[in-house]
Amino acid sequence: MNIPEKQLKRVDLIFAETEVYETLEIAFKRDKQEVLNEILESGLRGRGGAGFPTGLKWKFTAEQPSEEKYVICNADEGEPGTFKDREILTRVPLKVLGGMAICGHIIGAKEGYLYLRGEYRYLVAHLDTYLNSFNDWLKKHGIDFTIYIRMGSGAYICGEESALFESMEGKRGEPRNKPPYPTVAGFRNKPTVINNVETLVYATVICKYGASLFKNLGTFDSRGSKVFSVSGDTPVAGIYELDFGMTVERFVEEFGDGDTKAVQVGGASGFCVPRKKFKETIIGFEGVPTGGSMKLFNSSRSMYNVLHNYLDFFHEESCGQCTPCRIGCQQLLHGIEAVKKGEKSTAYLITLLKLAETMKIASKCGLGQSVGNSFKSIVENFKEEMIY
Amino acid sequence: MKNTINLKIDGITVTVDKGETILAAAKRLGIKIPTLCYHEDLCVAGNCRVCIVEQTGMRTLPASCATPATEGMEIFTNSLKVRNARKHIVELLLSEHNADCTKCYKNGNCELQNLASETLVNEPMFLDLVPGNKYTIDKYNPAIIKDDSRCIRCQRCVRTCEELQGVSALSVAYKGSKMKVSAFLEHSLNEVVCTNCGQCINRCPTGALVERNYVDQVWDELLNPNVHVVVQTAPAVRIALGEELGYAPGQRVTGKMVTALKRLGFNSVLDTDFTADLTIIEEGHELLNRLKRALVDKDPTVSLPMATSCSPGWIKFIEHTYPEYLNNLSTCKSPQQMFGALAKTYYAQKRGIDPKNIISVSIMPCTAKKFEANRPEMRDSGYKDVDYVLTTRELARMIKQAGLDFQHLEDSKYDSIMGEGTGAAVIFGATGGVMEAALRTAYEVVTGREVPFEKLRIMPVRGMEGVKEASVLIENTLPEWSFLNGVELKTVVAHGLTNADAVMRKVKNGEGGWHFIEIMACPGGCLGGGGQPIPTNKEIRKKRAEAIYAEDEGLPIRKSHENPEIAMIYSEFLEKPLGHKSHDLLHTTYKPRLRY
Amino acid sequence: MTEVQELVRSLTDRHGRTRESLLPILQGVVAKESYLSDTVMTEIAKQLDISAAQVFGTATFYSFLDTEPRGKYVIRICKTITCDMHGKRQIAKAIEDLLKIKAGETTTNKKFTLLEANCLGWCHEAPAMLINDTPYTKLTPEKVLEILTDYMQNK
Repeated sequence: MNIPEKQLKRVDLIFAETEVYETLEIAFKRDKQEVLNEILESGLRGRGGAGFPTGLKWKFTAEQPSEEKYVICNADEGEPGTFKDREILTRVPLKVLGGMAICGHIIGAKEGYLYLRGEYRYLVAHLDTYLNSFNDWLKKHGIDFTIYIRMGSGAYICGEESALFESMEGKRGEPRNKPPYPTVAGFRNKPTVINNVETLVYATVICKYGASLFKNLGTFDSRGSKVFSVSGDTPVAGIYELDFGMTVERFVEEFGDGDTKAVQVGGASGFCVPRKKFKETIIGFEGVPTGGSMKLFNSSRSMYNVLHNYLDFFHEESCGQCTPCRIGCQQLLHGIEAVKKGEKSTAYLITLLKLAETMKIASKCGLGQSVGNSFKSIVENFKEEMIY
Repeated sequence: MKNTINLKIDGITVTVDKGETILAAAKRLGIKIPTLCYHEDLCVAGNCRVCIVEQTGMRTLPASCATPATEGMEIFTNSLKVRNARKHIVELLLSEHNADCTKCYKNGNCELQNLASETLVNEPMFLDLVPGNKYTIDKYNPAIIKDDSRCIRCQRCVRTCEELQGVSALSVAYKGSKMKVSAFLEHSLNEVVCTNCGQCINRCPTGALVERNYVDQVWDELLNPNVHVVVQTAPAVRIALGEELGYAPGQRVTGKMVTALKRLGFNSVLDTDFTADLTIIEEGHELLNRLKRALVDKDPTVSLPMATSCSPGWIKFIEHTYPEYLNNLSTCKSPQQMFGALAKTYYAQKRGIDPKNIISVSIMPCTAKKFEANRPEMRDSGYKDVDYVLTTRELARMIKQAGLDFQHLEDSKYDSIMGEGTGAAVIFGATGGVMEAALRTAYEVVTGREVPFEKLRIMPVRGMEGVKEASVLIENTLPEWSFLNGVELKTVVAHGLTNADAVMRKVKNGEGGWHFIEIMACPGGCLGGGGQPIPTNKEIRKKRAEAIYAEDEGLPIRKSHENPEIAMIYSEFLEKPLGHKSHDLLHTTYKPRLRY
Repeated sequence: MTEVQELVRSLTDRHGRTRESLLPILQGVVAKESYLSDTVMTEIAKQLDISAAQVFGTATFYSFLDTEPRGKYVIRICKTITCDMHGKRQIAKAIEDLLKIKAGETTTNKKFTLLEANCLGWCHEAPAMLINDTPYTKLTPEKVLEILTDYMQNK
């Protein structure tokens, strides 16, 4: 099959000024099923990284018979290299709140929570002003839905949805066993939709413009556009909304500094794409998925240092409850140190790669399951940098 | 809706109930999937990942303990993928674990060791992380030693302390590579709300939580020709000791245990049952006395309901948690401490031995008794009343050390004096037992008739339900107890501190209307005590309970007040229940402790 | 009522006394006192009717809920990859030299604590740091000195 390659195209949906309240008024007047169908039809998938179809998530939750349901906006943006949610919350907070209200309307929730990472506490005052008038507006329009803010306190793992619920319930942010999934038993063990900040904004956007505008962007597996956080060795670090589904090559042409040797797509838990694979690698669910983190490394960088930094991050930020993740992260970290120092032979990297594979399939949650992504892709592509 | 589910495990189709886990489904097929963090008594954690299985169509390997079976599921418990991952997981656990097994108290009874052996672990696959970790050992507690270097973070202890005991002296602290099981501020268990119940020990798969053992000290005393070593054995020891020595749960080994103790060199092998009977007399009179003060004298200062005081875990719990109710506790010492006080007074006198040369040892199903024996108020004999407390497990170890072929020992009888016990005393080892024993005696004292239950079996207080209520209508009393005529004596029995807490909350709210409360800190009562053989589960505890009641029915005397040695001690030494001597030796006081 | 009791009381009045209110309460204490003292944690345990170990266990899970004394201003330098690539070490050194403390330490006048943090979400403006809740980005050693001098003199 020969699919024409996507060109890099800027899009302006997320940050474009729109009258959110107007969108809401129309959405609330429409049949709930019709609005849900719009989301389903758009092909929108979660923008946090995992990419679960948003419409399905809403549908499953809507179908639950419970009287008590919740909408949660996951603003625990902790993936190294991701900063777009902060920007979205700064520039278009109403669109986020709007997405939550639309979701609440469809699934039958009366409360929404925005879980904001502790690192962004400075945003609370700003958000509060919007939140108060937004809640007032809902009340005035007879909509029984109220949004509250809950704060994190410095724990990457709380971005994992069930860990986030635990944290909101006043506990250690330790991921739960699944099933049950949040759509059945989430916050307070009630059916819950939990969406990333960006996803909720796209929901608002889709409600405003209809599914087709969104659907016509992107690729078959990765519909729409996506907000990218671009950093590292780039002259133009920043936040960009792009048509989804381009190759890494196109991306590097636009954002690289002319000497890009690797791009880490999806942050520490994502994949490292080396130069030789730029051309063949699509940024999206059919290739390398990303919550938006795009880090460029030029040839002056040691990929050993990059990996070491990531593993240092993971061995601190693992919740610590499950064996493969808690101990695996330590073994990978100290393992590459030992190889580098010559205390372990090069062959030990093979052992570590196998361990990374076990972590991918045997860890309890997405954190432990994704440590292997960066480990494998960096070690396999930059083996000599690990040794010398 | 359909209530059964069909799935395939290792190629075999199995039908299970809805909600059943893959682990349980595999068990039905005779497939034992290895586990570590899983424990029948506790909620599912799913964190050790040892029980992972392969599911067709799934990229990841689900934890079988935490994943419910679903229709049409196809599971492989021993595929290559599973085997490789499981081996990694065991290797990882070992890399973080102080695996110096020969120096570990749990050597030979360690779930991690067994798993490592099954998995054929040989040369370490990964780096040894133990030296880089600053593990601490908490050895400042008289009952429990916590060695973090042996901990595999399965959190069974944390769940035990929270779910079964409602204490949460232990919690998980920190995260990532620093994550550990910790008391408040990483204090010693000695300094926090820990009740020393030892339930965490019973559920620790490794040697991270063990009792502080006094085996060597006791051997030293036994081999010292200048001292006279007496030993008492608690009721629940005789029905569980066998489990450590090759018997199935529920086997009574009373006679062999007595023989073994004699062979170990104890100068006198006596029975805590004797002081359990004594407790019934003292505590029964205390209860009747309180009832009289309340009903006849209308004394507003009398504290009712009265609560039992035999369980030192419960005592420490109430001292921490409900200090305002300390007056509701019976002032009776536990049978162990009554025994200790009498061993160095009454026994010493009768046997003509200088009490300073008596060493008193007790064999207990309990770790809290170690703490209790060390309480400063437990020296009423003028000496430390109980010098050493050994658990059932420690006794088994001594028997093994001495090379005794336990299963082929002859039966023998307890020595005298203080070796005589009744069926009422034996049932102290089970939840509801103290209540039943007390009712057997109190009812008869008051009415002159036996309790109106067939074969003295007071069924409402028996069994493993967490909180059991029972009431007995008192009619046609003897003349001196006429004030109790028509009174419905209301009682409640709870075991496990979570249940105790529920009862106390009700008391606090003025609910229940009870006169008498029996609390035992451990699930199932002493038979499930923190010093009992490992493992423990509902089935094992049930077997032990059956053994206890069988022991009761096999004894010629089943009511405490009919114990001839009890009559003797009152006539020769104590004079009367709640008398002056009793007050000095058999009763105690309690002190409020920090709540947090 | 002691000061600690009053602080906890005001927070429980605001956030409630259920387990769910634990995090907001801990955050409230840290916002006011920079860290969670032993007495604060036991008071919170008492008010929420949970064990002190549970309060401690929960607090120590979160990097921003310190259980050790901290200065009035807690500086958290981002140590994750982009900041590391763009001069985090020089920034840390500049601060260490100025305040005469190392990462993890607090100045003797209890004004500053220097810590390292994982990704703060400012990679495009690396290197970055937080002083309490306020982010500072595109740092250079000179800029850091300027910022901290301002804190030393004016705050």
